[in-house]
Amino acid sequence: MSHVAPHMEPPVRLSKRDVMPTWKGILVRIAGILLGVALSSLFIVLVTDLNPAEVFTSLFDGCFGTPRRIWNLLQNTAILLCISLAVTPAYKMKFWNIGAEGQVLVGAAATAACMIYFGNTLSPWLLFPLMIISSLFAGMVWGMIPAFFKAYFNTNETLFTLMMNYVATQVIAFLITYWENPKGSNSVGVINSATKAGWLPYLFDKQYLINILVVLALTVVMYIYLKYSKHGYEISVVGESENTARYIGINVKKVILRTMALSGALCGLAGLLLVSGSSHTVSVNTAGGRGFTAILVSWLAKFNPAVMLLTSFLIVFFERGAAQIATSFRMNESLADIITGIILFFIIGSEFFLNYKLNFRHSKKKEG
Amino acid sequence: MDKSTVPAIELRGICKYFGKIVANKNVNLIVEKGEILSILGENGSGKTTLMNMIAGIYLPDEGQIFINGEEASIHSPKDAFTYKIGMIHQHFKLIDVFSAAENIVLGIRTKGKYDLKKEKESIRQICDKYGFLIDLDKKIYEMSVSEKQTVEIVKVLYRGADILILDEPTAVLTPQETVKLFAVMRAMKEDGKSIVIITHKLNEVMEISDRVAVLRKGESVGSVMTKDTNPEELTALMVGKKVELNIERSEPKDCEDRLIIRDLNCRNREGAKVISNVTFTAKSGEIFGIAGIAGSGQRELLESIAGLQKLESGEILYNDPTSGKQENLRNKTPMQIRHLGVRLSFVPEDRLGMGLVGNMDIIDNVMLRSYRKGHSAFLRRKEPKSLAEKIIRDLEVVTPDAKTPVRRLSGGNVQKVLVGREIASAPKVLMVAYPVRGLDINSSYTIYNLLNEQKDAGASIIFVGEDLDVLIALCDRIMVICGGKVSGIVDARTTTKEEIGLLMTQTGGEEQ
Repeated sequence: MSHVAPHMEPPVRLSKRDVMPTWKGILVRIAGILLGVALSSLFIVLVTDLNPAEVFTSLFDGCFGTPRRIWNLLQNTAILLCISLAVTPAYKMKFWNIGAEGQVLVGAAATAACMIYFGNTLSPWLLFPLMIISSLFAGMVWGMIPAFFKAYFNTNETLFTLMMNYVATQVIAFLITYWENPKGSNSVGVINSATKAGWLPYLFDKQYLINILVVLALTVVMYIYLKYSKHGYEISVVGESENTARYIGINVKKVILRTMALSGALCGLAGLLLVSGSSHTVSVNTAGGRGFTAILVSWLAKFNPAVMLLTSFLIVFFERGAAQIATSFRMNESLADIITGIILFFIIGSEFFLNYKLNFRHSKKKEG
Repeated sequence: MDKSTVPAIELRGICKYFGKIVANKNVNLIVEKGEILSILGENGSGKTTLMNMIAGIYLPDEGQIFINGEEASIHSPKDAFTYKIGMIHQHFKLIDVFSAAENIVLGIRTKGKYDLKKEKESIRQICDKYGFLIDLDKKIYEMSVSEKQTVEIVKVLYRGADILILDEPTAVLTPQETVKLFAVMRAMKEDGKSIVIITHKLNEVMEISDRVAVLRKGESVGSVMTKDTNPEELTALMVGKKVELNIERSEPKDCEDRLIIRDLNCRNREGAKVISNVTFTAKSGEIFGIAGIAGSGQRELLESIAGLQKLESGEILYNDPTSGKQENLRNKTPMQIRHLGVRLSFVPEDRLGMGLVGNMDIIDNVMLRSYRKGHSAFLRRKEPKSLAEKIIRDLEVVTPDAKTPVRRLSGGNVQKVLVGREIASAPKVLMVAYPVRGLDINSSYTIYNLLNEQKDAGASIIFVGEDLDVLIALCDRIMVICGGKVSGIVDARTTTKEEIGLLMTQTGGEEQ
């Protein structure tokens, strides 16, 4: 038939893979990172006249160079991991919560409020429980507001949670002027710097150890919660199919509210760890975009808390390393961002090869 | 070669693998010009996969496709259309928020401005030519399944398809609609178009097709002329052994009123009345059939009983055989119904959308009904695991293991998992909606036998079906509904297909 255009078989075509053995998956991911490193080296050579080897040494140096840097790396990983764990139940339920940033901020603000108002009057035995409860509660409320409107009025949770971030930022901005110390600095300053009231204790003299341990414990709990608890099971069912959930008698509204309460509360906890466990102050940048990065961490790990240990570490590692590159070579911050970007691109790109297979064209004999 | 004797489609040595699973192996198939070819095969025998390769959804891993004698390589449905091949899939590929007309013209690039009015005119011509009744401005989400199918068929015709592939088109149609579809198919055949139809219903195969090609476990086992064969031979070819094609029906015993439905009224979200004044009584130890054109309120009726629909008025009374008490289930949630101790099982029409969770494995799906048991906050997977294994064993579910996500199973196996789970709780009332839709002969009879076992065990079974032959052979009484109203309840042992068919279109006043 002449009207049919001759079709060439394309040189490569995609097909979906079966489940890949774990070791092979890990190899693909490592290959992805190596390729990312290679490409960013090329980039470094082409754009700057630096030696890529030196640049990457400085990357490692930035993360592991001194004990302090190692602790900073771990602390940042812990916080990012905490927020990632917090958003995971919501995402598993297909509730697109991009409001972790705001939930962390209100948790941080609640912690700071407790430290400012009760730091010098309550004994630590009362102060810490109060801080924990109020930070959890603040985050929970911030998470439940959009959940309530989603459950009862089917509002769009993505827009709602996003807008709640702005509200949270404004609330903090107001509180900062209100709590300003010293006057005119437009910042809260270190809270209770003299008495250290409400500061999380230094375990074995290590400032961040308690944060790290709390988050590790949380990882285990979250893993068990999602995989082995009835709640976790309900979250999966609601996330996969609301109709099925209704059919077997799950109260969908209740699950949405409960899960977002949990998600928000854990974000609030991250706020507590940030204020009471590390910075001892609060600002609009306290969450520092981690509420968004956490989404990436959670998805990359396919909602598996154990894998999140790895993904959060990886992302913090490159972030901190890249920052070090920028300072030690007096480069623009953007260089660091570009390197992180390239490597992240490859990490995410390897997911593609885990799910799809490339089939190259066989050299077929020509037939009439 | 003479052009007229060249087959429309010829497949040579087609193989398709999905990972380790062999979907098709060395399939050879010929579709002549101007013939209606039936493709028969059990679930998972690779019929749909094979057709998807002709329609450009999949690419064969090995083998060649010849269209009109020339080797073709079909990489996308678009390519398929340039070869004038169109496929109507089992699961419709329509955009819900678009109107029928918009869906039909979607993806066609025409010269000049996008002019829906003009396009609609030409769509209407096709509809008139073949006698389709369709409201082109109606949105897909407002449509019944059969309306959606009509849109799909018109869509393919609108693109000028010469070779039509229909994947189980009659599964969602009433006898009358099927007759109409067959008339259209014959008209197209007269036009010289080639039609491939996948169906499980042997009587339809015998009625409509010129030739039958049989697939078994992904391989072609040959083809026969329809006039030279019979259902028994076809079944034997398909299954590989002889199968008894009779449904046993036992006499109902110990009948008592189990479920009394009184003056049920229900409106859908748009406010239209979907059930009006439905009254009936389902008895224990019998199979109570419900027949009707698709979308006559069957789904809403069952969902009302299951506690998934808000009712306007009416009573749903359940006589508890153990306590002797009568409970009113009206406007109770599924949870509340369970708490009353009502042993109600429900196999919904939309298996993966409502009954099961596609991404979960068989164990977790079996657990859906029972996971709440006990006061512990944690799940117990031990009993569900053994139940899942029992279902796999007893119902011969084809699956690598119990940890396979159900979406990876074929339609029949998905249904077996669902029915197996619903029966496992020893229900007093078992509601099933189109339980054999898309299932092959063997699986269908497995399901019928299971229903009969439950009936003999004293359950009251409500069976919503579409195949009237099956309804008449399996049920004890059949209620016919039309437009949400009961148009009659007949004794299945004495009724005829014609009587039911008449009742199906009776009261609504709307001519189909």
